[in-house]
Amino acid sequence: MKHTISVLVENHAGVLARVAGLFARRGFNIDSLAVGVTDDENVSRITIVADGSDYTLEQIEKQLNKLIDVIKVKTLSPDSMVSRELVLIKVSCTPKQRPEIISICELAQGKISDICANSMTIELSDCKQRLDNFEELLKPYGIKEIVRTGTIAMQKGEQTVRV
Amino acid sequence: MTVAKAMTECLKAEGISTVFGYPGAAICPFYDELYNTDIRHVLVRHEVNGGHAASGYARITGKPAVAIATSGPGALNLITAIATAYMDSVPMVVITGQVNSDQIGRDVFQEADITGSAEPFVKHSYLLKRPEDTAEVFKRAFYIAGSGRRGPVLIDVPFDVQKSEIEFEYPETVDIRSYRPSTLGNGYQIKRAVQAIKGAKQPLICAGGGLFTGNGVSLMRKFAELTDIPVVSTMMGLGAMPSKSPLYFGMLGMHGCLAANTAVNTCDTLILLGARVGDRAIAAMKQRDDMTVVHIDIDPAEIGKNIEAHIPIVGDITLVLGQLLEQLTEPLSHSEWRAKLDTLRVDKPIAPAPEGCVNPKEFIRTLDKFLPEHSVVVADVGQNQIWTAANISLNDGRFLTSGGMGTMGYSVPAAIGAKAADPSAEVVAVCGDGSFQMQSMELATAIQHGINIKVIVMRNNYLGMVRELQEKAYSGRLTAVSLDGSPSFTKLADAYGIENVLVDSPEKTEDAIKRMIASEKPFLIEAVVGDYEKTIL
Repeated sequence: MKHTISVLVENHAGVLARVAGLFARRGFNIDSLAVGVTDDENVSRITIVADGSDYTLEQIEKQLNKLIDVIKVKTLSPDSMVSRELVLIKVSCTPKQRPEIISICELAQGKISDICANSMTIELSDCKQRLDNFEELLKPYGIKEIVRTGTIAMQKGEQTVRV
Repeated sequence: MTVAKAMTECLKAEGISTVFGYPGAAICPFYDELYNTDIRHVLVRHEVNGGHAASGYARITGKPAVAIATSGPGALNLITAIATAYMDSVPMVVITGQVNSDQIGRDVFQEADITGSAEPFVKHSYLLKRPEDTAEVFKRAFYIAGSGRRGPVLIDVPFDVQKSEIEFEYPETVDIRSYRPSTLGNGYQIKRAVQAIKGAKQPLICAGGGLFTGNGVSLMRKFAELTDIPVVSTMMGLGAMPSKSPLYFGMLGMHGCLAANTAVNTCDTLILLGARVGDRAIAAMKQRDDMTVVHIDIDPAEIGKNIEAHIPIVGDITLVLGQLLEQLTEPLSHSEWRAKLDTLRVDKPIAPAPEGCVNPKEFIRTLDKFLPEHSVVVADVGQNQIWTAANISLNDGRFLTSGGMGTMGYSVPAAIGAKAADPSAEVVAVCGDGSFQMQSMELATAIQHGINIKVIVMRNNYLGMVRELQEKAYSGRLTAVSLDGSPSFTKLADAYGIENVLVDSPEKTEDAIKRMIASEKPFLIEAVVGDYEKTIL
């Protein structure tokens, strides 16, 4: 089962290595990982999507909490969170195909970030499932390169995960 | 002052009077300052043993002890000791030298990423890059090592940082927002535990090593006596309950005794006190639904990890026991249950030793007979450990061993540390001929520093426990377990100027042990134990 975990950590050198090392040595599987500083420059947020049973999730939370640099750990409920990934796709595109691809982008709310004679670079931020669909739609044109970020997520409503 | 001097000031402020270490170029500025202090430096003969000695010292004092090494290989040699301390929750502050900060990452001479390589085995680590952070880093390191679930903390200090000038003031308090170990147990869970204990017909306490690190031994004894609940022990918890207590039923687990393992498998309520119940401890435990498990531990991650807990209580063992005792004021009685367990106390007859040997179990029992009550017995790893654990009685003494990691070569340096911490106690290291040869160089440390430990080497010319395993599970194909080529250990002791005696027949045992205990200097007994006694059931 997939779990999305929001982890607030001290913004020090080496913290990411500690968190990643913990997952590796305890055999926890990471699907994706995204790190960025928060509105407090001393605090970073690591968003981890991990795969495992409820027992594994409990151990992940407890072991993360044992790291001295970890300030807070919260597993977000899938029903009440907004989760997003960002993808950049460079797709082959002859001048003739441009209208088709532009209409796909419009439908999916993708943004054309760069365009040249025979390709286009498109960006889209959405949930994982919709990014997958978007990728499928563009495949027939020939995908030259894809860059995807890890998932970031936030709880819906008034609740927050803050220090 | 320089950071190097500040480092010694930090140690003084933490009340450190003895450190264990091995110098080298990258830690020389610190050693040069150590020269100006009254701190006793015990020079070991291999860095790993400095770590084990600090571990032995810390286990006796209950406070973080200090091990020191230089950069690169010196620091790397410490890793096994750090991991050993981590597994057994021993508070330790490890100081290592590092190459100049502007050379880090360039693969210079004696450079190793020690904070990176030790990461899986430390509670926390610091690479001290900013000289002005020295005092804060040391304060935090000692606080982290010695609070919550105890453990080793590493401070890596680059050479140029040690020589930097700083303003020094040691902080009086420490506050780490991301580290607030729980202290009191949750009131609701305490109430549930009290109800479970009151309602239990066949309750059982399992005493773990956390009782020692959390200073909960005397309160646990009071708790067991008031509630009349039988006690079994993990290997790390040996000695928490006095061996002579009618409530004590021995060690559980793979190498445990019948009474303890039957108790675990028939109790209706199991109260785990500071025990993580590792795989060896629960090896003989049957899975069943008719048992309520009350698990009390300072580390939430241990609760529910190895055994399902019905009543989880996270907290300091002393405070939680205090909370329980507040609500359990009336004495309870479980005489029927105790009587049932009493019938399982069987003293297996000891097989007579063949010609030229002593029986190792008999030997430990004789040692036990003459050892003063206030003694520390440090067992190594292997058959010697199991024989010692099962045959030594502990009433006011301590039993130290590398229970979690099973690190061979632990006993002699840990004994040196224990003796340095408590010179009034008789301290005996028991090891096999395999493990002794991983640490025999430390005899020099004992002699040089006048640390009068006693060493028993049980000799059977084999890596006995691995041999047993090969006999049982690998059709007796003995591979790489013969220790042919080993020297005479008494002659080796002679070479170090250590008094010694060879025991190769039962009638020599008593005299040898009496002589050893009477000696006020380091002493070594080589006991020829043969290869006929087994430990794997």
